[in-house]
Parts: sequence; structure tokens; C-alpha cells
Amino acid sequence: MTDQTQSIAQGRSSTTRLAGVLAFLLAVFVLVPAFIALTGRWDFYYTLTSVALLSVAAAGVWLTFYIGRINIGQGAYALTGGYVSAILITQYGVSFWLTLPLAGLFCALVSVVIGLPILRLRGVYFAMVTLVLTEVARLTALALPVTNGAKGITSIPLPGELSIFGLTIIPDFATLANPKLAFYLMAAVLMVVTYLVLWRIVNSRLGHLCRSLQQNEELSASIGVNTAMLRVLAYAISSFFGGLAGAIFVAISQSIYPSSFVVQDSVNFMLYCFLGGLGYVFGPMLGTLLLYFGWDLLSVAKQYQLLIYSGALIALMLVLPNGVLSLLDRKGGRK
Amino acid sequence: MEQILANGLYLGAQYALIALGLTLIFSLMNVLNFAHGQMYVFGGFVTYTVVAQLGLPFIVGLIASAVVLAVMGALIEKFLFRPVIARSKRDESTMLLAAGIAFFLDAVILLLFGEKQRGVPKVVNGVFNWDMRLIMPYDRILIAVLAIALIVGFILFMQYSRTGRAMRALAQDRVAAQLMGVDVDRYSMIGFALGAMLAGLVGGLLVTITGINLGMGGPTSIKAFLMIMIGGAGVISGAIAGGFILGMMESIGLTLLAAYGDVTYLVIFVTLMIFLAIRPQGLMGKPWG
Repeated sequence: MTDQTQSIAQGRSSTTRLAGVLAFLLAVFVLVPAFIALTGRWDFYYTLTSVALLSVAAAGVWLTFYIGRINIGQGAYALTGGYVSAILITQYGVSFWLTLPLAGLFCALVSVVIGLPILRLRGVYFAMVTLVLTEVARLTALALPVTNGAKGITSIPLPGELSIFGLTIIPDFATLANPKLAFYLMAAVLMVVTYLVLWRIVNSRLGHLCRSLQQNEELSASIGVNTAMLRVLAYAISSFFGGLAGAIFVAISQSIYPSSFVVQDSVNFMLYCFLGGLGYVFGPMLGTLLLYFGWDLLSVAKQYQLLIYSGALIALMLVLPNGVLSLLDRKGGRK
Repeated sequence: MEQILANGLYLGAQYALIALGLTLIFSLMNVLNFAHGQMYVFGGFVTYTVVAQLGLPFIVGLIASAVVLAVMGALIEKFLFRPVIARSKRDESTMLLAAGIAFFLDAVILLLFGEKQRGVPKVVNGVFNWDMRLIMPYDRILIAVLAIALIVGFILFMQYSRTGRAMRALAQDRVAAQLMGVDVDRYSMIGFALGAMLAGLVGGLLVTITGINLGMGGPTSIKAFLMIMIGGAGVISGAIAGGFILGMMESIGLTLLAAYGDVTYLVIFVTLMIFLAIRPQGLMGKPWG
């Protein structure tokens, strides 16, 4: 999968880019399921589903990096999205598929309210406030009655059937022989769509404006860019992704607790972005894959797992301080 | 009421000491040291090893913590932060490095000292009791006094010693300091070592009272971030103010809000966010320092 992602980022002409995208889609939707069916490593489905979902949330974090803000608060929105979905399903009987966009929109709304004041902060101040935000979300979930406190919400039903005019588009997950595969496909589709949207945003007028914010906010404001609106917009999109990922996580684990997403997760989202490379749209996806999958594979090292993992992290940072995808720069010499 | 204030002062003194180290590192290198809490835990474990396992006096343990952490800080700056800062395109890359170091220290602590809660015997026994209005064990008073003495010592050092002046110059303007003949690399290293040493000292002090365990690192870092946000990042007076304010808020909140459940920190966080929306640079910080 690494090669395919790289080829997407590397693709200069449209044909190589198209070939890269096709190879990537082939790998995600055909090769991976085939490989798992052959080797019988069904546990990889759960890992890869997690990678796909985490990379959706990381895509949001990446977008806030793109406007020059360090976001360590994505865990808060993932938790919020998860709770919105869980509460709507268990207490109001809303279909899971409807709660998905609702969770995202609710998070976007919350992020606008919170973002308006805190997006005025910059640098480490913004980073620290967002870090605190994750704690706020956890403590709120503990304190509110609707979230059921530390006991959390459990035994949430699997996603039901989605049909339009009696035509079944997605079957009821409970009736499926293999819900793991279904979840994997759902997460993978969401990931592909997310990165498509992200890529489109970055290569649009909005993306150019965001880049101007990243480089010099005063200058871009002085030539008439509505920086305040742009910041909030980018932050809202980012939180939308976070809420979406959180809602699906809840559907997979069928439960949610205040500690489902903690500061550690928020920090991890940031690390995924850094590791992949902040200057590359597909950076967070690669970073998530490397870090999450790497962590999973390292579990064979038992008590040395964290030591090796963090050692590799530090070493990578020393060798490639601008992210793994900056390898392409050295060869291609672009940017 | 006296009890609440005394508790607040006691908490504030140790918090201020943690925040001082963090803010020193931030002001010199523009690095948000995620590993600060882990350094604090490490310092606590060094004191524990020296005092409880080797049976040496407490003061030896404290000095050992300071020395070990100072050496560790110097090495981390020289071999990790300096090359990454020199080569990365964006300042923020150091955050990944700092987070990596935090994980790494966690792993090292786990392997060296295990995951159990550790403590050392009380340094002094007895309880100070003023007419039942103010009750405080003597060892807590001792720790608070030591912490305040260390803070005063640190301020004097920064204010009057040659090294302290050089570091203040560095914090104000790196390039100008370099032009005036300050050895930037050397003082960055000393500053990082000093910051790490302070974290280690607090760890050594608190291991006598609350004990220490592996999981304390992360939450301590978050508290330290809170303090320097209240006071303003990179300002020494701000870190001290932030430490004491957080200590007071925690002490008052735990007493007043106890009836409503565990909401003290929620209230503190929300207050902080409103405060930062009005005054983004904290009490004493420079705007966008």
C-alpha cells in the first residue's frame, strides 16, 4: 500500500496519477481482502479498519495544520461524534446511517462555537488549548447525565439496513456472515472519499487561501482574505471528519465510554500527520498506516514494544524531520 | 478557609516549580516539552531508588535526581532537538520529537522501575496543628518550603549569574544574543538541562508525599501546560503566577465543588478557555511569543 500512496503523491502527469489511484483502489478493495482470505489473518481486518478510520480523523488534523494551527484536540470531536451517534441510536432509535452525517454536523457546529474564540490563538497556545479541549470532552462526558457517566453506553446495535425506495443499498450488518469485512469496506470507502475531498480542497481556491494563512496571516488579511471565516471553516471541516470517524468507531465497538478517546489519541492524530509529512495530502494516511500498523506488529516484542516504537519514532524524526513523504522531494526535487 | 489557602500554597509551590522548567525550555528553544511529566516521574524514581533501595539520606537522593535529569536534559538537547531544529522546515516538528521522547521515557521507566506505585518513608514526622483551624503534616510544610526556596534560588540565578543573563538574552532575541557573543548552542543546552533538572527535583520532592507511578507523567504535563497558559508561555514570572493560581483553584475547587461530583477540573478548563479567549497570551506573556 505504501508504494501506491507514494505513487499518488508522486504522480506528475495525469496518466501516472490515474494509474496510481487505480492501483491504490485495487490494493485497498481487492488485494487486501484477498490477502487476508489467503492467510487467514482475520485480525488484520480490525487493525486495517482502525487505520482507515484513524486516518480520516487525522485528515482533519492535517487540514488545521494546513492553515498553520497545531491541533491536538481531534479526540474531543471523535468522542463527541461517537456520543451523538450512540445517543441517537439507543435513545431515539435513529438509523445509524442517518446518525453518521448528524454526528459530523454536530461536531462541526460545536467546533464553530469553540473555534470562534480559540482560533484567535496561535502556535503553542492553540496547541495547548486544543489539548485541554480533549480533557474537557472527557470530563463533560463523565459529568453529563445523558452520556451515562463512567459506565458509558453499551450494547449499541450494529448498523441496520440502508435502503432507498425499497431498494437495499447496504444490508443489515447483523445479518451478514462477516461484519468485519463489511466494516472494513465501509471504513475504506470513507477513507477514500475523505482524502478525495481533502485533495480537492487543497487544490482549489480554498486550498490556496489556506496556504496563504499558513505562511503569513497578517499579509493575507491585508490583501482582503477573510481569515477569521476561513480559519473557522477549515476547523469545522476538520471536526466534521473527527466526528464521522468517532461515530463509526462506536458502531464497530458497539460501546462508548468517556475514555474511548483520550489525550493520547489526540496526540497520536498529530503524530500521524507529522510522520507522514505536513506538506503532503496523503501524509496523514501513510503516517497512520505506519504508526498504527507498526505498533500492532511490534506487539511480538512484548515489554520492549514501547521502547522500540518510540525509539523508531525518534530515529525517523532525526533522519526525516519533514515526514516520510519528504523522501520524494529529494528524488523529484519539487516544492 | 485557612486550610484551603494553605493547601493552595502548598500545591502552588510544587506546581510553580514544574512550570518553571517547562517555560524555561520553551522560552529558550521554542519547544513545547511533552516529556516534562515523564522527566518529573523519572526524577521521582531516581530519588526512590537512592533513598528506599540504597538506604542513603533523602538529600542525596534529591541531588542524584537533579544530576541525572540535568545530564539527561543536556544529552536530549544536544543529540535530539538540536539536529532536528536545524533541519526541519517547520518549528512544529519538534513536537513529534518531544512526544517520541515522552513515549521513550515511559518505556525506559517501565523497564527500569516497573509499573508499581513507589514511595519513600516520611522525612520528618508529626503534624502541625493550629487550633484545628489549620492542619498540615510537617513533611508537607518542609516540601513547600524547599520548593519555594528552589524557586527563589532559580530567580536569583536567572537574574544575577552570568549564565542566567545569557539565557535571558537568548529568550529575548536569539539572533541578537548570538551577535553579542553569547554561545547560543552552549546556553540552549544548559537551559534544557536546567529545565529537566527542575522537573527531576519536583519529582524527588513529591515522592516523599504522594509517591510516584508510571501513569503520572501525562497528567503532570497537561497541568504544566495549563500553568504556563495561565501565566503566559516563556515568561518566568508567568510560570510562577500560573503555578500558584492553579494550585489555589484546585484547592478551592475541590472544597467548594465537592458536592457536585468530580467537576473541579472541568470548571478550571472552561474558565481557562474563556480567559484565553479574552487574553490569548496569558497574564504576562508576550503576544505570540
